Amino acid sequence: MASANAAGGTPPPAASKSRKSVTGTRKSVAALFLLPALVLLGALVVYPIGYSVVRSFYDQSGDGFAGFDNYEALFTDEGIRTALKNNVIWVVFAPTVATALGLIFAVLTERVRWGTAFKLVVFMPMAISMLAAGIIFRLVYDQDPDKGVANAVWVGVHDTFAEASAFPKAHPGRDSPLVAQGGSFVTKATVSTGDTVTLPLVGVAPEQMPGDAKRAVPPQAEPGKITGTTWQDFTRGKGVGTLGAPDASEVGYPGMKIEAVRDGKVVESTKAADDGTFTLSEKADGAQLRLPASNFKEPYNGLDWLGPSLVTPAIIGSYIWMWAGFAMVLIAAGLAGMPRELLEAARVDGANEWQVFRRVTVPLLAPVLAVVAVTLMINVLKVFDLVFIIAPGSSQDDANVLALELYRKGFSEDQPGIASAISVFLLLLVIPVMWFNVRRLKREVRR
Amino acid sequence: MTTHADRLTKEAPVEGVKARRSLGARLAEGVSGGLLRVFLIVVGLFWLVPTIGLLLSSLRPPREMAASGWWEVFSKPSQLTFESYDKLLQNSDITNSLVNTVLITVPATALVVVIGALAGYAFAWMEFPGRDWWFLGVVGLLVVPVQVALIPIAELFGKLGLFGSIFGVVLFHTGFGLPFAVFLLRNFFAEIPKELLEAARLDGAGELRLFARVVMPLGAPAIASLGIFQFLWVWNDMLIALVFSDSGSQPITVALQTQVRQFGNNIDVLAPGAFISMVIPLAVFFLFQRQFVSGVMAGAVK
Repeated sequence: MASANAAGGTPPPAASKSRKSVTGTRKSVAALFLLPALVLLGALVVYPIGYSVVRSFYDQSGDGFAGFDNYEALFTDEGIRTALKNNVIWVVFAPTVATALGLIFAVLTERVRWGTAFKLVVFMPMAISMLAAGIIFRLVYDQDPDKGVANAVWVGVHDTFAEASAFPKAHPGRDSPLVAQGGSFVTKATVSTGDTVTLPLVGVAPEQMPGDAKRAVPPQAEPGKITGTTWQDFTRGKGVGTLGAPDASEVGYPGMKIEAVRDGKVVESTKAADDGTFTLSEKADGAQLRLPASNFKEPYNGLDWLGPSLVTPAIIGSYIWMWAGFAMVLIAAGLAGMPRELLEAARVDGANEWQVFRRVTVPLLAPVLAVVAVTLMINVLKVFDLVFIIAPGSSQDDANVLALELYRKGFSEDQPGIASAISVFLLLLVIPVMWFNVRRLKREVRR
Repeated sequence: MTTHADRLTKEAPVEGVKARRSLGARLAEGVSGGLLRVFLIVVGLFWLVPTIGLLLSSLRPPREMAASGWWEVFSKPSQLTFESYDKLLQNSDITNSLVNTVLITVPATALVVVIGALAGYAFAWMEFPGRDWWFLGVVGLLVVPVQVALIPIAELFGKLGLFGSIFGVVLFHTGFGLPFAVFLLRNFFAEIPKELLEAARLDGAGELRLFARVVMPLGAPAIASLGIFQFLWVWNDMLIALVFSDSGSQPITVALQTQVRQFGNNIDVLAPGAFISMVIPLAVFFLFQRQFVSGVMAGAVK
């Protein structure tokens, strides 16, 4: 109410003639109609504001006056500082991105026939709870690329550009001619032309073997060349198969990289065929053979979405998923109300679509964009559920926001003084909007 | 469109325009063709996939969930099962909390509509000192964050013995739903033609009769928007119930929230639970899209 008075020095507008009571009601009847609402608002909204303001100046037990100590804690307490910092990130990015996407979607859907269906899909998350959205995104952001769709896609994209290794867990078995060197495996002996070499490994799970692997074939000696086979030297069952020689049930390692190394330099390299065989020329004479580490590196496991550094952007992503539809619908309504003649006139004048968008559409929509962005900012200030649900315990401190910190301080850490100071701080942040709403409405009420 | 395009080609010096076409211009034009469709389809998938993931996850047996992603369903559809739902609906914590959600949401919606309509009518059509100032005061309360009231009301409810009761949760929701209700309904009621109200008055209708027989029916569209908005708001709330309910009065959101801490081990509870909690809001959304949208638009100030 204080803000209503602050909105202007003019006396209260006289009740407009057009809506004069038709019934000539007694004031007592009006009071009866208003009473339930005013009592509830007074007790549940106005009283708590006053109480919080007073409470924020008292210490945690509520007995001693604490001055501005609780407010000081807003800027000194480690947890609250993280929360403040995150809130700033939220308020800057979430409304901007959601509004921008809303604008893009609203403009583009006007050009396709199934625009309504698209809008429905994007707007739908508005109807569900933040809890449900939180659970949905816990699933999306699951670290394991075999379970979380975000990492599944990310790893897919990553592996398209950076080749995945085919044999992550392969290693030499018993009595192997190979020894580990860094991440690679090197033959103990050097090779010379006319030799045949066997490079057996074990440890690749059968279901992880490349699909094109064929039965391993023992190397055939060729004059002037070095021939060899690299394969999975393992046969299921006890005492089956010969160690160090390809058996009928064993398959080659297709695509395994083989390098010939002499004096620390790679002199030749090749890849094994589907049956595990490979051939090197006389250049490799006297070299050691190496299976380089790139064959065996661990598969890329994607991003740690809910780890300390990415958790806030990840949660903001889920918020945008929920609220871009809101921005889109409001902006689409603004677009629908826009004078089409202006757009057409601009097109007739030779403006292309981009110029029409930049010079006509966006400026005309500016008021709507402002309302959307401000609404989202207020909403973002209060964000609680998404952070509470999506951030795992281990990174909840890193994802902290004011509303969450208020809940913790007030209800699990028993510091109602500081919690009240946070709530007053939140209230102060929305007062400009409160004032704006009242101003705007005052003009309408007077009409 | 075509006529303008024709005129453009006739009137505009085509070569000059082409040479100066910026990247933005070329993007905008590419966007009008197939590229636009592809882009919108990809975005649409982006928006759909998370929800589909939840649905399919809820339909897979827990042992499969632990081993692989939900998309495996597409290659092995035979694993789909209602096992998790069966188990969930035998869990009395969950079923009780679903009942609580209804017991909280329905009264909190009805109270807000009725009390808000009474006040909205008084603000629109009755005369009393300071009417417009009172109304502006209510509008000022629209953006007050619920967080401000959590601690004071928790203490108040503690003293009154309302803490942990369904009634307490309903009361809190009603209080914080009222500013929007009064704002929306007063503005809508004010547009009712005066003649209608006067005619009813001449027929001898009293204030209460007028309210019930004329104002409420005429206000139906706004009341529907408000009702749907408030219904979804309360149904979907977690924070208020988290503070004011106890294990006996908690709604589904709070019941599920307690499970989230062990995320991963109990996805067979969380996924179907979350989906069940979404079914009613989604049904309301699809059935009453228009009212929902107009409620959201009117509530843009909230």
